[in-house]
Amino acid sequence: MEQKIRVIVAKPGLDGHDRGAKVVARAFRDAGFEVIYTGLRQTPEQIVNAALQEDADVVGLSVLSGAHMTLCPRITELMKKERLDDVLVVVGGIIPDQDIPKLKESGVSAVFQPGASTEDIIAYIRNNVRKK
Amino acid sequence: MAKDVSDPTKTPVERSESFTTVSGVPVERLYTPEHLRDLNYDDDLGDPGKPPYTRGIYPDMYRSRLWTMRQFSGFGSAADTNARFHYLLKHGQTGLSVAFHLPTLMGYDSDHAMSKGEIGKCGVAIDSLADMETLFKGIPLAEISTSMTTNAPAAILWSMYLVVAEKQGVDWKKLRGTIQNDILKEYIAQKTYIFPPKPSMKLIVDTFEFGTKHVPQWNTISISGYHIREAGSTALQELAFTLYDGIEYIEWARRAGLDVDDFAPRLSFFFNAHNDLFEEIAKYRAARKVWYRVMTERFHSENPRSAMLRFHTQTAGCSLTAQQPYNNIVRVAIQALAAVLGGTQSLHTNSLDETLALPTEHAARIALRTQQIIAHETRVTNTVDPFAGSYFLERLTLDMEKGCWEYFDRLDAMGGMVAAIEKGFPQREIHDASYQYQKAVERKEKIIVGVNDFVMEDEPPIDILLIDESVAGRQIEQLQRLRQTRDNGRVRRTLEELRRAATANNVNMMPSILECVRAYTTLGEICDVLRDVYGVYEEPAF
Repeated sequence: MEQKIRVIVAKPGLDGHDRGAKVVARAFRDAGFEVIYTGLRQTPEQIVNAALQEDADVVGLSVLSGAHMTLCPRITELMKKERLDDVLVVVGGIIPDQDIPKLKESGVSAVFQPGASTEDIIAYIRNNVRKK
Repeated sequence: MAKDVSDPTKTPVERSESFTTVSGVPVERLYTPEHLRDLNYDDDLGDPGKPPYTRGIYPDMYRSRLWTMRQFSGFGSAADTNARFHYLLKHGQTGLSVAFHLPTLMGYDSDHAMSKGEIGKCGVAIDSLADMETLFKGIPLAEISTSMTTNAPAAILWSMYLVVAEKQGVDWKKLRGTIQNDILKEYIAQKTYIFPPKPSMKLIVDTFEFGTKHVPQWNTISISGYHIREAGSTALQELAFTLYDGIEYIEWARRAGLDVDDFAPRLSFFFNAHNDLFEEIAKYRAARKVWYRVMTERFHSENPRSAMLRFHTQTAGCSLTAQQPYNNIVRVAIQALAAVLGGTQSLHTNSLDETLALPTEHAARIALRTQQIIAHETRVTNTVDPFAGSYFLERLTLDMEKGCWEYFDRLDAMGGMVAAIEKGFPQREIHDASYQYQKAVERKEKIIVGVNDFVMEDEPPIDILLIDESVAGRQIEQLQRLRQTRDNGRVRRTLEELRRAATANNVNMMPSILECVRAYTTLGEICDVLRDVYGVYEEPAF
């Protein structure tokens, strides 16, 4: 039997807007992924620790507060330290176009901006997940 | 062969099998007097200014006074936001509305580890009275009304405002404004909570009591449906949960010994304005009617003002698109029109760049101009409640009311809103609605122009406001300088007194918070003590 894709859905920072994270988490579950939702206000350390403990294939981060340029690169940096290089990192939220290249440079694979469909996000993950 | 739709003798083929409101409520092809057989003018509507206030709380509405144009703003440092306030006032804004950054809303100082990356991003950075003094520099607090979007630390930020007024020599009895102070919708939707429900409700009841005695023109709460709707609820859920939150606050205040008619006239409300023009107007009209009945029948209020629902409106951020952002100007105009036709007391119109960043000066000005065009060019303000009597609108209003009573029965059966929140009930209802909405958009049952239809490739980017990291450096530096120069013995004494009051749990917290603020004790220091005594809230698992 094919192994289920394991995804951590996390809200780093102080932002409490969880509509998007929860809708995406539920769409992942409906698509047959194994989803671990961390809850709100997780530090980068907590998120990376969850990815490690849960043996995640994907880390999905949702940030709407504008703090993504501090939080996301910190998370990818910690993941590299923990040798989680094969874990796919995707980010969603209020992310201006000009920040996307810098996020990708830091190790984020894809950024989903407002209006992205859950189907597109799911398809992206299926096509790009590295760990099998 | 398709039927010829232009031939009036033939039944036309409809575009869809079903027609619904934005919230998914079925809508019939035609509404006639048959749909309003249960409507009685005096009982269900009444003239404007008369119970049950469906048609408005004032007999002359906008003929005597327009709504307050109140643009929510705040970013960067207190000095940055102060400059934006002066800009908006110069361009005809008539009230202020402060957006605080997330660390302030969560009770952390700017140099706390959790504040990293968040400083000045979602609003203005306020750590102490010193920042609040800068924020209102050159703004006469006796003459302007100010709304402050703060919830968990509302008592603290209100205290800062009161002390700034004190320093300006303004009598507190002259101050006008609103603190949002609505923690229930934080647990339900926006999630900017700090303490558990019990101490949070105590702090809120303390502000009711203090305001009644010392700041009588201040709205001590703005019971908010806005965030519930933004989290994905239907229009009915927004209305029902918000009004029921109002019931819950009154229950807690009564249990603390307050008289309903002393504080209820200072309760205010805050609703969303989404794209469905008729559904939104019906929501505002039903809100006034339901609240009138709640106050008079459930709480037996005698002061007529206790039963008159006043509300602020903000257009729906969640309805706006990052794609083809100039289209948002049109959406905002229609939403703002709904709020005005529904009789709002004040209004914030979102900026076209809402889904990209905090607004630029240019975008904020267009948003304000949208209100001015509605107010001065469209003439919709000529007469009160102009849509009354529309078969469709009155049916929607009656149904909205009925839906509220049904939700109220369920919430009563659960033992009230705090109990329902602990069970995760409103959270689940909203999440289900938001998921259905997203699915409907992805199936193209709901068309969002520029997102799932009428899409454009290669759009040119628009200029957006960027908050650079130097704001954080300067803010932390100022805070650390304050900690070195203030009277730290006095700070310590005020915090000890605060801890005593919080632990005793039987005295109003406002006097000890005011003493902390006067001593330049920081918001984070005050919240640390309260977190220590009260604990912190953890939400039920998703």
